[in-house]
Amino acid sequence: MSANDVQMREAWGQGLVDLGAQYRNLVVLDGDLANSTRADMFHTAYPDRFFEMGIAEQNMLGVAAGLATTGYIPWISTFAAFLAKRALDQIRLVIAQPGLNVKMAGSYSGLLTSKTGKTHQSVEDIAVFRAMPHVVTIAPADAVELRSAMAAMMEDERPTYIRITRDAGPVVVPDGYEFEIGKAVLLRDGADIGIVSTGVQTSRALAAADLLEIAGVSASVLHVPTIKPIDVDAIVALADRTNGIVSAEDHSIIGGLGGAVAEVLAEHRPTRMRRIGIQDTFGESGPNDALLEKYGLTPNHIVEAVNDLLALTSVTTR
Amino acid sequence: MATASALQRESRSISELEGLSRQARRLILESVHKSGAGHIGGPLSVTDLLVSLYFAELRLDPNDPVNEHRDRIILSKGHSSIALYTVMALRGYLPVEELATFDQINSRLQGHPDLTALPGLDMSTGSLGQGLSAGIGMALGARLKGDDFHTWVILGDGEIQEGQVWEAAFVAARYKLANLTAIVDANGLPQFGWPDPSGHTRETPFDDPAAKFRAFGWNVIEVDGHDHAALLAAWAEAKAYTDGPTCVIAHTVKGKGVSFMEGNYLWHAQVPTQDDLDKAGLELADPEERS
Ligand SMILES: Cc1ncc(C[n+]2csc(CCOP(=O)(O)OP(=O)(O)O)c2C)c(N)n1
Repeated sequence: MSANDVQMREAWGQGLVDLGAQYRNLVVLDGDLANSTRADMFHTAYPDRFFEMGIAEQNMLGVAAGLATTGYIPWISTFAAFLAKRALDQIRLVIAQPGLNVKMAGSYSGLLTSKTGKTHQSVEDIAVFRAMPHVVTIAPADAVELRSAMAAMMEDERPTYIRITRDAGPVVVPDGYEFEIGKAVLLRDGADIGIVSTGVQTSRALAAADLLEIAGVSASVLHVPTIKPIDVDAIVALADRTNGIVSAEDHSIIGGLGGAVAEVLAEHRPTRMRRIGIQDTFGESGPNDALLEKYGLTPNHIVEAVNDLLALTSVTTR
Repeated sequence: MATASALQRESRSISELEGLSRQARRLILESVHKSGAGHIGGPLSVTDLLVSLYFAELRLDPNDPVNEHRDRIILSKGHSSIALYTVMALRGYLPVEELATFDQINSRLQGHPDLTALPGLDMSTGSLGQGLSAGIGMALGARLKGDDFHTWVILGDGEIQEGQVWEAAFVAARYKLANLTAIVDANGLPQFGWPDPSGHTRETPFDDPAAKFRAFGWNVIEVDGHDHAALLAAWAEAKAYTDGPTCVIAHTVKGKGVSFMEGNYLWHAQVPTQDDLDKAGLELADPEERS
């Protein structure tokens, strides 16, 4: 963590406050976690449009669906783990199937959840939401992209899941960047290998590209903030001009970005791949660095996967 | 292999239980401070309940933690894990020094109780509202096998906002599970909740849980959750009731034992500083050590 790092959850709280001024029909429903997710900032600014639903996620998602039918745009405040799993049948029946405009923000997503351990680490939420028809699935890289994505979400009427992380991280999107639903962004261009990443793992993908450059390997980093609908053209184009694809995400390698990219490539341009992410296991408690190391999410793990892939395709340097 | 005969119930005196509670609270504060994460208000409110159960009620054997005839205990409010680990350590399930590994990588003492990590944990918890259902399963299993072990489930009064708790409450009463006791750690505070009109604290997360459990067909006992003598009487009364499940509503104070944490919702999951520890240590010292 460096001095320039920004907390995504704080940006989310501020984003709600700012959008709340612009959209008088924006309301927030909280599952007794507002001071963790930072929805408390909206609570302070607009107490009348904040509803504490208590520790009862299933009910909360049903209430959101009802509010959406009356012209309000509900944002959900809880942890990704409980949103994506505890309330899933409710999401499926009354939000996804009718396609109601509910904005589901899953905070404390991924592996880094302040030592809470496997119960709170949400490493399968992308897979869950991606499998739900109608539900847009977004994992922003940083606080700046999150703010831009929130604005885009308010102009879109589809039910949407957005992944938010607890801890501060570097800003990686370029100045003046504007998020567009369904659009990937090439953050770094290189011809040897294509790294496709999403969420906060993109900053580690960029760090991996730096390490690779020192070793004489040029890597592209394609950041894919929208996992559904996915940017097929950008992924195929990347595969066209590199020697293999490594996916990287703070999520299970099953069903998330890695799965989505593999599906795209298998159908459109069969390409050798390696998937960096949680290797079909549950996590545990621990400090961030130790978790990233043990569960294979560090830049070095990405570098190893790249080298492994390049060895297979017998291209080591340019 | 230990046999059922190695299982036993401790019966510590009230003053011993009070001493154990003070010791447990000191260790809880230290462990959370050391870990730099974890909860504090809930563990301090549930401490006396756990000390009482482990040192004066539960039939168990720390050297044979999975003995099939042992009494079962589920800390459904799993975020208070450090209180459970601490009391288990004092009871001999693990070395007290191991508490220093709480929340660290490769530790048996996970942020939320993980039944695969530490022998003696009867169920994994942490996603709130699920423990009572598992407790019903254990109680049904005991009944079916003709085993006389008793199952205890500790819930938070915020936690019982979860609908699943009431699905469980309904079924437990339907099956008249007298071998099941739910204990609500009613400390009056959730994590965020509804602001009290004063703005400085929060409304109680769940009004009159006693009336609600009664309406669901449970035998209900209300007790001061920090009074060791009253707790012993409550456990005995719960087990003496044979017509169905009993719910003990234990009236507690969040952050109990540390004056500046008591009743303050902001201490739900705040990490105490060294300065906090020093101040709390004075309040939790044993009488003979106080000057
Ligand atoms: C299903 C679920 N929703 C939300 C949470 C987050 N959470 C952890 S503790 C807590 C408040 C619990 O309040 P209470 O049950 O009263 O516990 P206590 O006051 O004893 O700490 C919340 C909302 C969770 N662990 N599980």
